[in-house]
Amino acid sequence: MVDMDVSYAEISSSPSQRMMRSLFGRGIPYWSLLIFGLVVIAAIGGENIAPHDPNGLDLGSAFKPPSWLEGGSIDYLLGTDNLGRDIFSRMIAGARVTLTVAVYAIVISGGIGALIGMIAGYFGKIVDTFIMRLVDIQMSIPSLALALVIATVLSPSLTTVIVVISITYWTWYARIIRGEILSLKERDYVALAKVAGCSTTTIFVRHLLPNILNTLLVLASLQVGQVIIFEASLSFLGLGIQSPDVSWGLMLADARNYIGNAWWAITLPGVAIMLTCLSANLIGDWLRDTLDPKRRQL
Amino acid sequence: MTMTMPDTAVAATAPLLEIRNLTKRFNAHGGGVVRAVENVSFSIGRGETFALVGESGCGKTTLTKLVLGLEKPTSGEILFHGADLATASSKAMHGYRRQAQAVFQDPYSSLNPRMRVSKIIAEPLMAHGIGDRDSQRARVLEMLDVVGLPKTAADLYPHEFSGGQRQRVAIARALSLKPAFMVLDEPISALDVSVRAQILNLLADIQDEFGLTYLIVAHDLALVEHFSSSVGVMYLGSMAELGPTESVFSHPKHPYTQALLASVPRPDPDHRAPVGVIYGEIGSAMAPPPGCKFHPRCPYAVDICKTTPPVDRELAPGQLVACHLAETIVPPVQSSIAPL
Amino acid sequence: MTDAAIIPAPMQKPPLLKVENLKTYLYLKRGVVRAVDGVDLEVAEGETLGIVGESGSGKTMTSLSMLRLLPKPSGRIVEGSITLDGTDLVKLSEDEMVRDWRGRRISMVSQDPLTSLNPVFSIGDQVGAPFRYHKLAQGRGAVRKAVEAVLARVRIPSPAKRIDDYPHQFSGGMRQRVVTAMAIACSPRLLIADEPTSALDVTIQVQMMELFRELQRDSGVGIIMITHDLGVAAGICHRVAVMYAGRVVESGDVREIFRNPAHPYTRGLLNSIPHLGRKRRRLEAIAGQPPSLIDPPRGCRFAARCPQKMARCDDYPPQFEVATGHKAACWLAEPRS
Repeated sequence: MVDMDVSYAEISSSPSQRMMRSLFGRGIPYWSLLIFGLVVIAAIGGENIAPHDPNGLDLGSAFKPPSWLEGGSIDYLLGTDNLGRDIFSRMIAGARVTLTVAVYAIVISGGIGALIGMIAGYFGKIVDTFIMRLVDIQMSIPSLALALVIATVLSPSLTTVIVVISITYWTWYARIIRGEILSLKERDYVALAKVAGCSTTTIFVRHLLPNILNTLLVLASLQVGQVIIFEASLSFLGLGIQSPDVSWGLMLADARNYIGNAWWAITLPGVAIMLTCLSANLIGDWLRDTLDPKRRQL
Repeated sequence: MTMTMPDTAVAATAPLLEIRNLTKRFNAHGGGVVRAVENVSFSIGRGETFALVGESGCGKTTLTKLVLGLEKPTSGEILFHGADLATASSKAMHGYRRQAQAVFQDPYSSLNPRMRVSKIIAEPLMAHGIGDRDSQRARVLEMLDVVGLPKTAADLYPHEFSGGQRQRVAIARALSLKPAFMVLDEPISALDVSVRAQILNLLADIQDEFGLTYLIVAHDLALVEHFSSSVGVMYLGSMAELGPTESVFSHPKHPYTQALLASVPRPDPDHRAPVGVIYGEIGSAMAPPPGCKFHPRCPYAVDICKTTPPVDRELAPGQLVACHLAETIVPPVQSSIAPL
Repeated sequence: MTDAAIIPAPMQKPPLLKVENLKTYLYLKRGVVRAVDGVDLEVAEGETLGIVGESGSGKTMTSLSMLRLLPKPSGRIVEGSITLDGTDLVKLSEDEMVRDWRGRRISMVSQDPLTSLNPVFSIGDQVGAPFRYHKLAQGRGAVRKAVEAVLARVRIPSPAKRIDDYPHQFSGGMRQRVVTAMAIACSPRLLIADEPTSALDVTIQVQMMELFRELQRDSGVGIIMITHDLGVAAGICHRVAVMYAGRVVESGDVREIFRNPAHPYTRGLLNSIPHLGRKRRRLEAIAGQPPSLIDPPRGCRFAARCPQKMARCDDYPPQFEVATGHKAACWLAEPRS
């Protein structure tokens, strides 16, 4: 009804407001798509497009600042770390590991979590009680302690990181999706689908899933940042990515000791993490708005 | 107990739907039992329109869910063409679903916002594997025509329609299987006043055209009188009065029916609802009063009403009344309705 | 039995409320919604004016304009005046509105008693808020006394016992009484009731309507009763204004409107609803849908649905006086010369 969609009110705008809208508004998030696109290209290209060997040691050129600072050289665009490795090349190489972890962890935890959440919410009663107890138990286990156990069993690796993150985060999806389903299943169209003779599978696929996709998308995009940071902490503790593999988190961990000598070595991967997370969030918001048929034509 | 329908040819044949001693109890959150429907019996003949009326919390919505097979009864029988739904196999239930469809109150909640109208209307056909894509499409267009929507509506999404048009889509969907029986749960109360009559007339037309039997739930008594052939008045899960609409409305025998009828606001400035017909509000279905459930609000209640639940008694042809005192109660004088 | 409707409202002295040429627009992304587009209304002291219309007719936006509670930032009063007790509310600052008017001299009862009450505060707290805010009672004891008195006025049984209860401990009808108590706490001059009974069952509805009549008889408060239910309007109002697509199409004494409706929309509404005791085979439906208020038709807004449409309907008809105090915005009502 007319009275309801007041929140979309268009108010007259100044140039600065328009710029804010292009950054954070509801239009196509060009900047975010550009940044995320670059990260994806870096992840696909990896070592092949990096100017230097990401693991190439050159102690002679250690602690070189980024090219635009005094003492920097154009050869090392973003400077070098304590071992003289090119930070730009390592960031390109790290993008692959970071994105791989993010994609696998989100797909696995999101898929499992959403399915379990849908089952709990839809069937209710004992099924629901049992699943939600499981979620409660899972959530009460400190994830780092869990990581320690799993890493000991599986030995630290990319796979371990993905397993640990998936086990930690599925509960998150399960809880939120369950809540969503609890309200969705009360919609009349779900009851009417049953009356029409639709099978439970049809109801899940046709009536429930499309209506939780928005939520899943937003959850997933918000999780990109958390996954990257979680991966960083695991790698920092020695439970995650191991050298010679590179990840942004590992770069942060490595550079931590030299924060006084070479701020760029820790800052630049940090900025990369931040921009990637922000872009992912903004793209997620945009996708949510675009995929909703109600908003599409407003 | 079977109710005979007066002056219709179908009276002799078996009813389409028969409800026998139906009871539904829920376990409430935090303990306690909600007695939503208690020992309700009635039957609906072919081509008839049976209306359920009563205040919120009287159990009429639960009853429709039971009839639609969305809830399982605690005890009692729901006989459709003589077969009990409560004990039906899932295959028999699937067959029943082909015969029984529904239109709900809120046309915003009853259409999946992510499906196009064509798919919404065709969904029951797909669920029963009827026809191929082309014949389903043809049925969709046919149904849109029946409910008075243009063919172009098929490719739009629900949000592109007004409330009245959405309700037409919902009716088209319910009709697509050409069912024999339809549950109408407050089909017009969420619509704008000026489009209600359109939908009501449409429902009457398709009833004639497709030979439908209706079970309608409504709180608007004027609508019920206009639309239904039989009526059941529910109070706190039990049937207070039941019978042909004409006799129940012209000679209400249960004090609750009388109070309901007297309370209806009428579009007549010279009509005044008699104040103080009944006081208070409907009680809790978790702790219904003993005896007659209506006795705490009944102006006529005597001792027996507080202890003994009344049984249904046939006080006029087809008119069953659950009241100990029905014969002695004189209904309050209704102010006559002058023609406008 | 009350006979509130039988006393003609005294119209000699200046009316309590006079709304003139009110235009309230909503500025949305999709366009400008002309929710209220030139509305004139009058309410006298002790009088109940019914505003009848369907959703989107502008009845709710009209009442929100009076309270200056339009949705922000989209809603704006673009023209017209709302004069209550000689003061134009449109010209007041928000501070003045909050301090001296809203909740004090003009207040509102809304449709849904459940969302109007905060579940975490006791009834006493919530009904006491207007007393404390407008400093009509000072100190715990005085506020409590005042709350008990106002709860008694809305006929809540044993108010002293129930004052510390929470909203969930009240039934639907009792909650609506509590909401009404909050609205009349400061003895307002004008009470706007937006569909106050439509969420209630009929037997409770009768009791609420009786309560409004009693409150008006005791205090002389002017009431604006917003409703889509013609039965409610006929039952409680002295005068009725019928709104359609942002405008008043017909207004007048309740008996005139129901006995002698002059506008085809009013007639159409009355014919389209079933009347108890007058069974008909078919209802006379009004064809079509209400128009969009973003780009409303140029002339009469009902013309597209009107069975008596003429060429002249392309011009918006003025309000013609059909009988004393009974006006209709329809060319059919034009006096023949």
